[in-house]
Amino acid sequence: MSKDNPTLIESATFPRHVIAEIQRAAKTGIYDIRGFGAKREIPTFDDLVFLGASTSRYPLEGYREKCTTEVILGNRFAKKPIHLKTPITIAGMSFGSLSAQAKESLGRGATLAGTSTTTGDGGMTSEERGHSKTLVYQYLPSRYGMNPDDLRRADAIEIVLGQGAKPGGGGMLLGQKISPRVAQMRNLPEGIDQRSACRHPDWTGPDDLEIKIQELREITNWEKPIYVKVGATRVFYDVTLAVKAGADVVVVDGMQGGTAATQDVFIEHVGIPTLPAVRMAVEALHEMDMHRKVQLIVSGGIRSGADVAKALALGADAVAIGTAALIALGDQSPEFDEDYKAIGSAAGFWDDYQQGNDPAGITTQDPDLAKRLDPKLGGRRLANYLNVLTLELQTLARACGKSHVHNLEPEDMVALTMEAAAMAGVPLAGTEWIPGKNGV
Amino acid sequence: MTTIDLKKNTIRELNEKLQGSSPGKKFIVNNTVGKHALSVGLTKEIDVEINGHVGYYCAGMNQEASIKINGNAGPGLAENMMSGEVRVTGNASQYAGATAHGGLLIIEGDASSRCGISMKGMNIVVGGNIGHMSAFMAQSGNLVVCGDAGDAMGDSIYETKIFVRGKVKSLGTDCVEKEMKKEHKDELGKLLEMAKMNYSVDEFRRYGSARKLYNFDIDQVDDY
Repeated sequence: MSKDNPTLIESATFPRHVIAEIQRAAKTGIYDIRGFGAKREIPTFDDLVFLGASTSRYPLEGYREKCTTEVILGNRFAKKPIHLKTPITIAGMSFGSLSAQAKESLGRGATLAGTSTTTGDGGMTSEERGHSKTLVYQYLPSRYGMNPDDLRRADAIEIVLGQGAKPGGGGMLLGQKISPRVAQMRNLPEGIDQRSACRHPDWTGPDDLEIKIQELREITNWEKPIYVKVGATRVFYDVTLAVKAGADVVVVDGMQGGTAATQDVFIEHVGIPTLPAVRMAVEALHEMDMHRKVQLIVSGGIRSGADVAKALALGADAVAIGTAALIALGDQSPEFDEDYKAIGSAAGFWDDYQQGNDPAGITTQDPDLAKRLDPKLGGRRLANYLNVLTLELQTLARACGKSHVHNLEPEDMVALTMEAAAMAGVPLAGTEWIPGKNGV
Repeated sequence: MTTIDLKKNTIRELNEKLQGSSPGKKFIVNNTVGKHALSVGLTKEIDVEINGHVGYYCAGMNQEASIKINGNAGPGLAENMMSGEVRVTGNASQYAGATAHGGLLIIEGDASSRCGISMKGMNIVVGGNIGHMSAFMAQSGNLVVCGDAGDAMGDSIYETKIFVRGKVKSLGTDCVEKEMKKEHKDELGKLLEMAKMNYSVDEFRRYGSARKLYNFDIDQVDDY
């Protein structure tokens, strides 16, 4: 119903944004391509709450009693596992989709906060290696910029089988972002629309993946932890197969995970939310008696220390953030509202990362726009944000009486909705009922 | 000359020895029995001769080394190779030379499907035939085929040049036959000479990208 004219009733089936999309499709003949992540409402960690300590359990004193956050990743087979101060890592994002300044900012911020950052499609830049104390090197289907020297310079290797925004889909970097440097790194002509493959070119299936992991370990002297990243779909089976293939760490990315560019229909309609994905991944690890032996990193829509605490309480070892990290750098900032309006958007709504005209200078290859982001300032902002997330995480863990954040457990939480209770496998608040458990 | 017997030594011991070798050394590897990830991640100018069949990813990510396989090779031979030379006297399975950036891969026999998939600068010379979907999304470098090519050759190809002496069963989307100019004959001649393949350049035809799919065009949508 319009607030100006109460006799105008908006259709629930055809609301204005649906009508606008039909009109846009009819005009252009191409599906909507955009960045960011899923925008639809889905069950999230917001639907869970913690049961703080009271009579039956005692809490820990804030700022006085220790609640540690260190995490070790990759100690199953790797000679040199990763040690992080905080279980909040930075997810893979490519140079190409992001400016060199943005990649440097991520490296600086992660290093200040004592965590890792991750390369993306297109290879490793000197800026991010130089400013990242701990850098995870993504091994992607396109193998753009894939270089064994960089593999050996990395601290860990993440084999990407999929991502939450588009499980089963490849990437797209449209011509306007293929600058001379990006083209050179990817070995492609400047200005063409560059497609990143949706599956790896030299294997099919989990048996081959096991051999691929063996090859990567042989090339890197069995030093580097090997992560396997999957977009959340058939999580129980995917995690099981990744562990059987020899992964040290499994990364599960829920459907809220961001992307630089893909079809809107993919972002909104493929994959499952992060909430059930964590529970399914942990079940798979328990089934194999590999929980805490193979580490689990969860990503997709992590925004606050509460989200981190809930993911950890469900059994994750760490989380990864992408979209939230870009927002911390300055993405969606009201400072650029006029510029957002000039390109038909507004701060808080902008999602056309593929266009390369990012007013905040983050998802661009335009040198003038990229200059708007000072990597030192960006790094500081990201470190501040990561520190806040860690403090929030500790606050919640202490309230539940935990001296390490990994001591959080599902029993510390209840759900506010039946959907969240079923997905997360924790009881509906005020009951002992977990829908779907024990056939009830 | 150092001989490594894979009946006695592990794959780890083999690769550790080869990766740690100083330039100019020669190695013989025996009793491979189809093992995987042999002779991978080498970075020095050394000679490795492998007697027997090898499994997946032999010579993977090779840099500088010269590797000869007296036998057949499994999937992913010389994948992501950067430089150096890899020669297999028999046949190679799927994805030979996948995503490779440089160096020369010579397959004296046949190569299976997806030979040169997504290649990024390597040169491949195949003495026999190649399977379907070879040079899929191939970005740069040269693929020389002295025999016939299977279905959908060069599908979605970028700037790789393909030279075929025999018949091509079918071309993939956006791959077309192109004029064979003097510069192409010169380049092909050098590759045949390096690979020790005794054919006349005049027997070959050249194929490459029509470049119609480089930027999305709704009117090309039926091509996908």
